[in-house]
Amino acid sequence: MKTLVETVDELAGRVGRDVKFMEVCGTHTMVAFRTGLRQLLPPGVCLISGPGCPVCVTGINYIDAAIELCRQPGVIVATFGDLLRVPGSDSSLERERAAGANVRIVYSPSDALVLARECPSKRVVFLGVGFETTAPTVAWAIFRAARDGVSNFSVLCAHKTMPHAMEALLKDQQVEIDGFICPGHVSVITGSAMYRFIAEQYRIPCVVSGFEAWDMLKSVEMLLRQVVEGRAEVEVEYSRSVTERGNVAAQRLMEEVFEECDAGWRGIGTIGKSGLAIRPKYAAFDAARVFEVKYGEAHVNPLCRCGGILRGVYTPLDCKLFGRACTPTNPLGPCMVSSEGTCAAYYKYEGRLAA
Amino acid sequence: MCLAVPAKIVELNDSTATISVEGALREVDVSLIEEPRLGDYVLVHAGFAIHKWDKSEVEELEAIRAATDLREVLT
Repeated sequence: MKTLVETVDELAGRVGRDVKFMEVCGTHTMVAFRTGLRQLLPPGVCLISGPGCPVCVTGINYIDAAIELCRQPGVIVATFGDLLRVPGSDSSLERERAAGANVRIVYSPSDALVLARECPSKRVVFLGVGFETTAPTVAWAIFRAARDGVSNFSVLCAHKTMPHAMEALLKDQQVEIDGFICPGHVSVITGSAMYRFIAEQYRIPCVVSGFEAWDMLKSVEMLLRQVVEGRAEVEVEYSRSVTERGNVAAQRLMEEVFEECDAGWRGIGTIGKSGLAIRPKYAAFDAARVFEVKYGEAHVNPLCRCGGILRGVYTPLDCKLFGRACTPTNPLGPCMVSSEGTCAAYYKYEGRLAA
Repeated sequence: MCLAVPAKIVELNDSTATISVEGALREVDVSLIEEPRLGDYVLVHAGFAIHKWDKSEVEELEAIRAATDLREVLT
């Protein structure tokens, strides 16, 4: 019997050229670095990180808008912890909180709803950021708030969805991808059928992967086998959690509360139909409408290469700021600030600076 | 951010449940999964159970986690 590592080596040899597989999800990026998986792969098999870190792709102008909101009297901004340190144009939620603004970290959108019920004299704004995994939980909070008349609760919505972002990468001439390691927990909700158009129209192999190192190694093996055999299909390695149809109850809830919209991805630009907006029916819970939020122009450091890094065109080692001006304690770009960002992963696990 | 962890339902009341993750307890919402039962293993994200595992799926994860050296795992 061969070991899985030997099989991967053998398949890579049979491909006869270098291959690049993109792990779309930031959690996969962290697993690949933390467990040493990258070192186990043969030299011709390269894992590149994709745009699947929600914090990294959230626009600076969204952070600026959240900061504006938390400065308003009587407003409590409730957020997942990941967003706290993300630099806006000239501040961060963490800095605002230190200066006295009411910013609370919550573990779940349902906790933000509880907070609104407990503080009827305040207006609680939850920062709705994340992909299909998170969006149903936020849809649930909006749905419940509407049902129970929790009128002091609203969501500043910047949810994004994966398939059209992945398609945008394939249309980008600079990006070279031989296969996708598809996000596992997004797929728990959406189902694996969502990626079929990528395999069929673009002839790119897709494997939905779990989050143990073994899962990812197995997914690499499955992708290599597709390349060797000239196939482009959607396969599911993470079959213990992912079905073809996904979580229908969660999909219905998203459909009830959200509608598709175009969305701006930091570093990538606007991608059609890649975002979720709160339906007019739930306008009373849409913080952008309630507070008449205007998204301004963002100031971006011109040397920051997060845009290219999020598309898999550059690695952090190609960035002049990386490890010098931009570090985890003083992050300039979003890929350094998020614990799942590619720059944070390189900094922590790959010796910080290029030799 | 799309981290989700497997957890066991140790108490159940209507649309919420208490789950145990390696001994740590936390209340989660179970309205997104079908027929949650006491003792079920569920995948939890942001305070919500988003998928229910059956026994063979739990055993698969245990087998994967039991392998300490990835280089020795057979195909």
